[in-house]
Amino acid sequence: MDIFFQQIINGLVQGSVYALVALGYTMVYGILGLINFAHGEVVMIGAMVALAALQALLAAAIAPVLAVLLSLMAAVAVCMALGYSIERIAYRPLRHAPRLAPLITAIGVSIVLQNLAMMIWGREYHSFTLPFTNTSHHLGGAVMNDVQIVIVIVALLIMVGLMWLVHHTRTGRAMRAVAENPAAATLMGVDINRVISVTFMLGSALAAIAGFMVSANYGIVHYYMGFMLGLKAFTAAVLGGIGNLRGAMLGGVLLGLIESLGAGYIGDITGGFLGSHYQDVFAFFVLIAVLVFRPSGLLGEKLAERA
Amino acid sequence: MKLHRSSGHLTLAIALLALPFIIDALFGHGWVRIADFALLYIMLALGLNIVVGYAGLLDLGYIAFFAVGAYTYALLGSPQFGLHWPMYVVLPLGALIACGFGVLLGAPTLKLRGDYLAIVTLGFGEIIRIFLNNLNAPVNITNGPQGISAIDPLQIGGFSFGSSYDWFGIRVDDVHLHYYLFLGFTLLVIFVSRRLEDSRIGRAWVAIREDEVAASAMGINTRNIKLLAFAMGATFGGISGGLFAGFQGFVSPESFSLMESIMVLCMVVLGGMGNVGGVVLGGVLLVALPELFRNAAGPVQQMLLGKVVVDPESLRMLMFGLALILVMLWRPAGIWPSTQRRREFDADDSVLHQEQETVYDASK
Repeated sequence: MDIFFQQIINGLVQGSVYALVALGYTMVYGILGLINFAHGEVVMIGAMVALAALQALLAAAIAPVLAVLLSLMAAVAVCMALGYSIERIAYRPLRHAPRLAPLITAIGVSIVLQNLAMMIWGREYHSFTLPFTNTSHHLGGAVMNDVQIVIVIVALLIMVGLMWLVHHTRTGRAMRAVAENPAAATLMGVDINRVISVTFMLGSALAAIAGFMVSANYGIVHYYMGFMLGLKAFTAAVLGGIGNLRGAMLGGVLLGLIESLGAGYIGDITGGFLGSHYQDVFAFFVLIAVLVFRPSGLLGEKLAERA
Repeated sequence: MKLHRSSGHLTLAIALLALPFIIDALFGHGWVRIADFALLYIMLALGLNIVVGYAGLLDLGYIAFFAVGAYTYALLGSPQFGLHWPMYVVLPLGALIACGFGVLLGAPTLKLRGDYLAIVTLGFGEIIRIFLNNLNAPVNITNGPQGISAIDPLQIGGFSFGSSYDWFGIRVDDVHLHYYLFLGFTLLVIFVSRRLEDSRIGRAWVAIREDEVAASAMGINTRNIKLLAFAMGATFGGISGGLFAGFQGFVSPESFSLMESIMVLCMVVLGGMGNVGGVVLGGVLLVALPELFRNAAGPVQQMLLGKVVVDPESLRMLMFGLALILVMLWRPAGIWPSTQRRREFDADDSVLHQEQETVYDASK
């Protein structure tokens, strides 16, 4: 039973990160109908920039708390600029092109970012340690540390904030309008290009925060980390019903839980035939099953909810 | 006119036959090997073209069928199980098994649309790779990440494509022999593709791609026809995989990553979806250019800057990524699109504007 609680906690933490990244995918998809394949790399760039900034600030003897906050802000700023540029360079010129054209440029951007990161930061794994002591708390038989608690709380706050932004601000209303009908939104005086840029920047900011979180949790940063994370997050977005904000959150947390419980128990279920290295298979099997029986994802049908 | 055309074909045939020796003389042995790989990739791209280009089904896990073909060949023709079945049994068997996997994947998922299908096929591709990577315990089937080595060369009777022969004083090496074998298969795939394109089935695929509801209203059994596209694509992938295993003599899960699926998709889209010529062009470009760059990146830096500043391998991939972006911005329908696509693309998009559902949906 202790293992069960431990896996729930691990799944919740990982799921929060998936949810943040999945929100970026789903917002862009909701508005443009486009899989932003480069989104995972934005997460990676966020983590890399945060690490570089953190090391520089700590070397300059800035107070640890301030250094962490500033490096997070640096990562967010860089990623927002990056998200904006990606849309301007790789997607906007292709808005009226065949559907697969922006997919290929997205793959191109992804390859470029990955290799740029490799040139700048090298192929090796960098350790990412926060300048605090990370106390572990015992809850029943399970363990949860400070970083994990902060991750879950911050992710929750961000999601609440995003829902508020989408449903109660002028920008949010414009986003929903464009998602529902771009032509009608233009006629009502919505500046589509601005809305799209804002969407990309928002998504990238979430990606930067997620990048910071995942590196702080695992203590490792690597130029290839964005790829699988992006893939899982996209899976989460589809699982919840792509284009739907609540779906992305639900899908993210569910995928995190499914993965960690699956990895924890797959050995017992199959009598030791399959081990925990089948974790990824588990996630994809669930995804396929959900899509076969509920092709629009878990929350996919409330189209009015799309942002 | 007719004479003119046939003489053109004759020139092309002679050029294709002489190509490996010309490449060998000009650039060396390594490049003939690259030409062999280019042919394998062209076969793969043509197979994917049926699924993506003709039927409009976005498949991001296509390399899985390549993997199935390759592992079938590797398991039945290597010391792994001590089986050494002949090529003319294993290759068709690999194609058949790949076809079976295509149907297995297609049957439950083909009612999904567009991007959902993309993510499911992507997941399927990853599942196959992860299984290949881990099926070494508790029963060792695939030998895990180490892969299977010492695979039998492609051979028919006593004739092995993996050896060198001396014919009339001309030395013909294994890379040359493989070139001719692969060329034969590629031409066969091109022939089948072209015939399919103009057939009833091909037209049904295009109809489904353009408008599935209208197609089914016209009496097309959309599920079966889509399944057929999946199965045909998978079969080509399986054949190509078997040839790959025999040529390389070694397979490991690493060769079947998502990046490979993406690479093949790039060949199809970059070259020109739905157009056999464009797909072949895409395959040649995407195999040759990165190789060219790999060889040039180091020396050019040496010449210009006096030292190798940036690792040539990552520079090569960086340039590849940039090339993908630039080519798509320059020619969104691909370098050599099919005439029909070009027409659609040149059409006044004010009409298309009204039909769009999302901003990016302008012309499907």
